[in-house]
This record gives sequence, C-alpha cells and structure tokens, in this order.
Amino acid sequence: MNALDQLLKSNQPILLDGAMGTLLMSAGLEHGDPPEEWNLTKPEKIKEIHRAYIQAGSQIILTNSFGGNRYRLALHHLEDQVFELNKAAAEIARQEADAAEGTVLVAGSIGPTGQLLIPLGEMSFEEAQEAFTAQASGLAAGGVDLFWIETMSALEEVKAAIAGIRQVSELPISATMSFDTHGHTMMGVDPVRAVTELQQEDISLLGANCGTGSDELIKAVQAMLGANPDLPIIAKANAGIPQIVDGEVVYNGTPEVMADYARAVTDLGVKLVGGCCGSSPEHIRAMAEALKT
Amino acid sequence: MADDINIKEMESDEIIELMKEDLYDGFVDEVVEEVEELLARDWEAYDVLTKGLVGGMDIVGVDFRDGILFVPEVLMAAKAMKAGMAILRPLLAESNAPKQGTVVIGTVKGDIHDIGKNLVAMMLEGAGFTVVNIGINNDVNSYLEAIREHDPDILGMSALLTTTMPYMRTVIDTLKEEGIRDKLIVLVGGAPLNDAFAEDIEADAYCRDAAVAVETAKKFMKIKQEA
Repeated sequence: MNALDQLLKSNQPILLDGAMGTLLMSAGLEHGDPPEEWNLTKPEKIKEIHRAYIQAGSQIILTNSFGGNRYRLALHHLEDQVFELNKAAAEIARQEADAAEGTVLVAGSIGPTGQLLIPLGEMSFEEAQEAFTAQASGLAAGGVDLFWIETMSALEEVKAAIAGIRQVSELPISATMSFDTHGHTMMGVDPVRAVTELQQEDISLLGANCGTGSDELIKAVQAMLGANPDLPIIAKANAGIPQIVDGEVVYNGTPEVMADYARAVTDLGVKLVGGCCGSSPEHIRAMAEALKT
Repeated sequence: MADDINIKEMESDEIIELMKEDLYDGFVDEVVEEVEELLARDWEAYDVLTKGLVGGMDIVGVDFRDGILFVPEVLMAAKAMKAGMAILRPLLAESNAPKQGTVVIGTVKGDIHDIGKNLVAMMLEGAGFTVVNIGINNDVNSYLEAIREHDPDILGMSALLTTTMPYMRTVIDTLKEEGIRDKLIVLVGGAPLNDAFAEDIEADAYCRDAAVAVETAKKFMKIKQEA
C-alpha cells in the first residue's frame, strides 16, 4: 500500500496546503516573475512556506512547480531548465515533509500550459503530453509521492497530463479543475462532466480548485459529489477574491471564512480540503481547527 | 449544410441572418460562401461586415457574457469571422468605408492571456479601426516601440491576473514621463479590472468586454475629433 492509500484509509478528511504563488509575492517575488526560479535561487524561502504549512497542519504539500512546463517557463527563458526546476521543487518539499513529525506527502503540482489545444489553438495533444512528461520526470526524480494536476480548464489537457505522467511514472495522480465561469470551466466543462469523463482515466483523486471564491467552489464540489463519483473528492478554494487595495493585491477571504468552508465541504463528503490563491498558513490553521470539531 | 440550402435562391436579408447563425456556429466555409454571394450581388463590403459579421459576433458576445457560450464556441465563431474579414479587408481598404483611427493593443508584461484581447482587436477592426495587435507579455518598451512606429490614437492594455494588472500603471506613468500621455486614449480591460482601478491608474476608461470596448473607442474618437 502506498503512502497515499495509507492516508486515505483513515475516516478523517485530509488537510492540504494553501497558496504558494500569492505567498511568494508577499515574500518579494516580482509581478510577472516565475515562482519556479526560486527553487534554484532562493530555495530557503520555499522551504519556509512548506514548513509553515506543515506546522499549520497540512498533510499533503504541493511543490513549487505549478508553471514548471516548458511553455510557461519559455516566457522567462527558462525552458531549458524544466527538469532541474521541477526536481528542485520536489527535493525542497521532500526535505520538509521528511523532517515533519507526522506523515506528510509531497504532491508534484502540474498546472496548465497556457496554450490552447488544436483546433482552438496550435498545440497538439502529443506536444502537450511531451511537455508534461518532461515536467513529471523532474518531479519524480525529486521524490514526489503523487502528481497533482490542477487548475485545469480543458479536459483534453488533463488527459494529456495524465498520459505524459504515465510515460515516466506509476505514482498516483490527482486532477482538479477550475470552475470559474458561470459554474463551468472557462472551456465550458461543468463539474458533472468532469467527474464522468475523468474518473475513467488513470487517476486516484478528483476535484475542484481555484476559480472564484469558496462559495462557488462549494457548489462545484456539491455537483461533483452529486454525480456519485468513484473517487475521493478534493476541494481547494481561493481565500475570497483578489482586490486592489492601495495598490496592493488583497484577498478578502478571512481564516474564519475558510474554516466555515472547510466544515461545509467535508460535511458534504469532500475527502481532501485545502486553500488556493490568497490562503496562507493562518487560513490552514483555522481550517485544521475547524476539522477537529 | 450548404448542400441543403441554396443561398443563391435566398433574399439578401435572409443570407445575412444565415451568416449570423453560421458565424455563431463556427461554420467557416458557409460564412465565406455567404460573404462572397453578397459581394457578387454588389453589396458594399462595409455593409457585409457590419450587418453580417459584426452583427453575428455581437450575439456571440452577449451569449458569452451570459454563460451560454464558452471560450471554445467563441473561438470557433471568431475563426469564421476572421475568414469573412480576410475577404473583405482588401475591399474595405480601397473603399470609402469610414476609418475610425489606429489602435495599438497588447497584454501586459508577465501575462499570457489573450483570448479576450484578440476578440477586442477583431471587433475594433470590424468597427473600422486599424488595429496593431502586439501580442502578450509586453513590457513598457514594447508598448513605446509600437506607439512610435504606428502613431496610434488609442492604446489598449489587457491583463487577466491581479498580479500583472498593476503593470498598467507603470506603462501609463512612463507615457506621462515621455510627454505622450495626452496624445493617447488609454483603454484597459481584463477580468480582474474595474472602473475604480482604471481611474486609479489614470487610464481613460475600463472596458468590460469587446462590445463596450468598441463603443468606448468610438466615443473617445468622436470627442478627439471635435476637440
């Protein structure tokens, strides 16, 4: 039995982590710069974040590799370092997870390429798959326990990611989509369709992340659970929505709001819960408290 | 589809309605046929553009706003419109179709999102503007170069991330430093933006979608011309 299965066996909901990107911005990452670069240039900042989430109660931490595919990295002329950046991301998280007291799993975060697949755009399924294989190689080499495909809008892209991962690893795969457009993903996929199509794929976990605020995400996971999925469901909501206050980006979701949301989704039957953009160790701590009661 | 319907036997007004439907459905070949048929009937390119293509795309825009259509459908409709415009463009250039002005439009530095921006570019062109689309991930120098080269009336900036939209302020501040802010109408757009933000960064207006962008651009051009 692998580490993930062990964790899933318990009756308790599993606590994920919170945001990485938005926290890095607070730590000095410039607008528009790639978070993944800090895996090589400022790994101690990444370690601090992982450590803070673990101390707040996170049982699964996500690697700082969300934009670590060659398409996103190319914007910053880093496309030749896909392997190194992803490996470093996984190693950093691995170190913190291994140093923790309890069981903490490392999930390799894989976000969208930002490209549209043919016929809407120019990227072929094979090209997407190759990009994800390259990323998965690095993450596997760095020691992840599972892969975490997230914030996806297109079903085909999720499938390309799954296929890409399977070229180099048999580790468990999770997939979450972002339902941010009238209850659908930007590409028009609704939560029920996400369940029916993706649970046929070689994945172990399924759910919703990001999007707009926690209220919308609760509706999305409710719809997913209503489709009687075969797989454990994930909810990883933003801490409110971002607003510009005095020139700074501020998320309006408080720890209390996130605690309420954590209770609400786990009561509905969500098995894994966490926060996305705008959430911090403080939010996760509040959620951990809420889940204890 | 086109086999069942013989557009040559249809009234021109009916062809326009069919063109709007075919555009909505993303049927590129059909839209091209309908454009060519109307041109063969000596329709003005400008009328085919505005009544058929722009008219069809306006409906797409409304349904997209209302959550009936999503990005894939909008992109397929845009392909059909693009195909129609490719035929009309040379005819429009040599015609007396009203020319609105020149627009330079691009997504800001660090941001790769361009679907909305490309739709705005297409609709502005449909409205008679000359549009220079400088793509994504544009830093200040990129905007300045395009401004120097094309001498536009309007600068359009787009951002989809709250983390990249502050860069618009940087661009506008630089325009002021260069002494060219007053020569330009600056319009901004993107999902996380709003009127308050546009006012704060001293843009001329926030435009929430392509239709609003076109109306706003025309309005500002009118004010400029009357000044």
